[in-house]
Amino acid sequence: MAEGIKDKVAIIGMGCTKFGESWDKSYEDLIVDAFKECIEDAGIEKKDIPAAWFASCFDEVFAGKAGTPLSTTLKLPFLPVTRVENFCASGTEALRGAAYAVASGVYDIALALGVEKLKDTGYGGLPDFGSVMGTKNRLITPNMTAPGAFAMMATRYFSVYNLSPEEGKRMLARISAKSHHNGTLNPKAHLRREVTVEQIMNAPIVAWPLGLFDCCGVSDGGAAAIVTRADMAKKFRPDPVYVKSLQIALSSGEEIGYTDFDYAHVETGYRAGQRAYREAGITNPREEISMAELHDCFSITECVTYEDLQFSARGRAREDIESGRFDLDGPQPVQPDGGLKCFGHPIAASGLRMIYEMYKQLQGKAGPRQIKNPKLALTHNMGGMPALNLIGVSIVGL
Amino acid sequence: MVGITSYGAYIPRYRINRNTIYSAMGWLNPATLMPGEKAVANCDEDNISMAVAASLDCLNGLEREKIEGLYLATTTSPYRERQAAGIVATALDLRPEIRTADFTDSIKAGTTALLAACDAIKGGSAKRVIACAADSRLGKAGSAQEEIYGDGAAALLLGDSGVIATLEGSYSVSYDFTDHWRGEEDKFDRTWEDRWIRDVGYTKFIPEAISGLLKKYELSIKDFAKVVYPALYVREHAAIGKGLGADPGQIQQQMLATVGDSGVASPLMMLVAALEDAKPGDKILLASYGNGSDAMFFQVTQEIDKVRDRRGIKGHLALKRELTSYEKYAAFRGTIPIEKGIRGDEIAFTQLSNLWRERRVVLALYGSKCKRCGTPQYPPQRICVRPDCGAIDEMEDYRFSDKKGHLFTYTGDSLAFSTSPPAIYGMIDFEGGGRYNFDLTDCDLDSIKVGMPVEMSFRRKYADPARGIYGYFWKAVPVQA
Repeated sequence: MAEGIKDKVAIIGMGCTKFGESWDKSYEDLIVDAFKECIEDAGIEKKDIPAAWFASCFDEVFAGKAGTPLSTTLKLPFLPVTRVENFCASGTEALRGAAYAVASGVYDIALALGVEKLKDTGYGGLPDFGSVMGTKNRLITPNMTAPGAFAMMATRYFSVYNLSPEEGKRMLARISAKSHHNGTLNPKAHLRREVTVEQIMNAPIVAWPLGLFDCCGVSDGGAAAIVTRADMAKKFRPDPVYVKSLQIALSSGEEIGYTDFDYAHVETGYRAGQRAYREAGITNPREEISMAELHDCFSITECVTYEDLQFSARGRAREDIESGRFDLDGPQPVQPDGGLKCFGHPIAASGLRMIYEMYKQLQGKAGPRQIKNPKLALTHNMGGMPALNLIGVSIVGL
Repeated sequence: MVGITSYGAYIPRYRINRNTIYSAMGWLNPATLMPGEKAVANCDEDNISMAVAASLDCLNGLEREKIEGLYLATTTSPYRERQAAGIVATALDLRPEIRTADFTDSIKAGTTALLAACDAIKGGSAKRVIACAADSRLGKAGSAQEEIYGDGAAALLLGDSGVIATLEGSYSVSYDFTDHWRGEEDKFDRTWEDRWIRDVGYTKFIPEAISGLLKKYELSIKDFAKVVYPALYVREHAAIGKGLGADPGQIQQQMLATVGDSGVASPLMMLVAALEDAKPGDKILLASYGNGSDAMFFQVTQEIDKVRDRRGIKGHLALKRELTSYEKYAAFRGTIPIEKGIRGDEIAFTQLSNLWRERRVVLALYGSKCKRCGTPQYPPQRICVRPDCGAIDEMEDYRFSDKKGHLFTYTGDSLAFSTSPPAIYGMIDFEGGGRYNFDLTDCDLDSIKVGMPVEMSFRRKYADPARGIYGYFWKAVPVQA
């Protein structure tokens, strides 16, 4: 009988660079910055690390393939390094690989590090999808961008729940305004400016109905974690954070190819959430999850994720958004660090950045955005587009 | 009895008023002003996509597997070498065991293709052949050609049974008359003096071919219900008919003020318009122009009444949207370079071996249908996409190109590169099952809604001019109520 990962692995050190348009930093700088903070936090030295998992996604615009960008940048002494890539959830995959390695007993310690240097393409937004969706895609799929793919979910959500564009956009604007507020409290965030619901609603359209402030930042950055066996964790520090669940679900193809999918939710998010709750022993996520970092690549993604993860009932996210449930001082804060929206989204670093915020919050080290007495924290890291994607859900706690 | 068994046409949705062109470029050459409007291919249309559209109109409801040849006449192929007829035949889902050919290099090539198709049937080497013609000709900014040239296509199915108009005879003249030409490196036509073209070419060759035909078959011009020949000039078009002794009512109305001079397609489009109004027993005389002239005459039969549901010329003329910007028109035709940004310039090499392997999937929009549960799916799958089925290798081919659908969701994407931003795309659910993401075309973001009906249209998906490759695929077009 499979036991799952609950309480077998602990995180004992983390590092995260400032996210943003780091015109003066190379991907090597981002790797070293995240790594330095991480091992100092863990109180270990490089020689203590026996294996590493390295995440990068749009490698063709910066580091290139394989694990060697990590091993050579950090001068790792001929260690096993596994490079993982699973779209925007690559960082969570690095953590999953490192955690499974430690849980299996093969290693006592492992490093997970994700980095992305996006701002060397010469244009705004992500590198073209043609490079990541396969070659047949180019022949038969629209020249889609990420905002466009998620905008189609907003169109559907508005249609299914009978929201006028004005009502729908106002609901989504409230999500972004909340994250912008949280971002102002975070010195490492990419975007640190309060914006009003009216400003958000009147911003230029990127992909109808999504406007500029419905879209997250496109950023450079890196994040890292050191994991160890749970029974060894207290040797390193008094406040390790324990892994309660690491789940991932990938599209089966039915969302894009079979007509049952409503495109007003993300099926993988629901499935990964269900598995994670089972693994962590959670029966009432709306009450039991103290706080969360959700994959708010776009405001609509955060909206449907409230429902997919059962923080809100199906079709009822709007009430919870408008009541302030997910605000920093609300009953279930989401994106306390500003989220992808304002912390920024260096693709393969984002999954580990989410864990970084939850780790700091659980340790009481989140400064002006500290949440009171959090117990269980959830991260939700999505890669791909609503009809073809994968989602990693992680739950960590004290 | 050999002759036409079906007809179809295509006129692109966009029309530009010639005043719009003249307002922008008339300063250069004030003598270019012409009345009316002309048809403009959308930025994702070209001679190949228009030939497919006209042929689909022609083949509406007919058995495609019985077609034994496809001849495409055009002078504006994007490829100097790669047979356009082969692309069209694949898109139409014709069998590979057929004869295909491009007829080109002269604007009379449309009638030549038509004659060759009839000859093949008369000679017994085929029973059903499509002859289609499409052109999208370029004029330099401020040129008379820019005002005159319009875009369009026509298709005729030829055969020896169910004939709606029998080919009774023909007469051709051929001259090396160099009124306009394009050299190896030329993007635009070069032309000789217009008065010489008009007085020595256009107004001489058409009457010569028609007179030759009348004499050969001992006919009088009065025997014909309609005399059909292309218009290069409004006044001389009328004068040719008058000179031949035809009443104004016998002369098939020219389309310079609605479509423009559509090159090879022009005489065949006018023939389609004539057939739309023809009655059993009518005689129709058709002549082309270009390096001489082909004249042919047809006898309309009782069968004509069975082919009345084509969109044809009338239907397509009625479906129009005005293009109000000259600059947008020029950008569509590539006559002014537009800022694409690095994102727009990034085009990966087209994997031609992959395109070959997937040719029916890409060019003919084939998916698969599960024999166990009946679910259509695109692109074709080996393992059924329906979650409670999952049958392995129990698929049959399933063509989506002729299926209607409705718009399940959509967006207008201002970030994606498009020559006509925003890039509008969405998810289409097909009647009978099946779903996929498609570009939408010939529509505005403001005019589309979730649930609206769409039909599929073969279009250019991307252009890679640096490597000389043009990618084609199917897009969804909202069906106008």
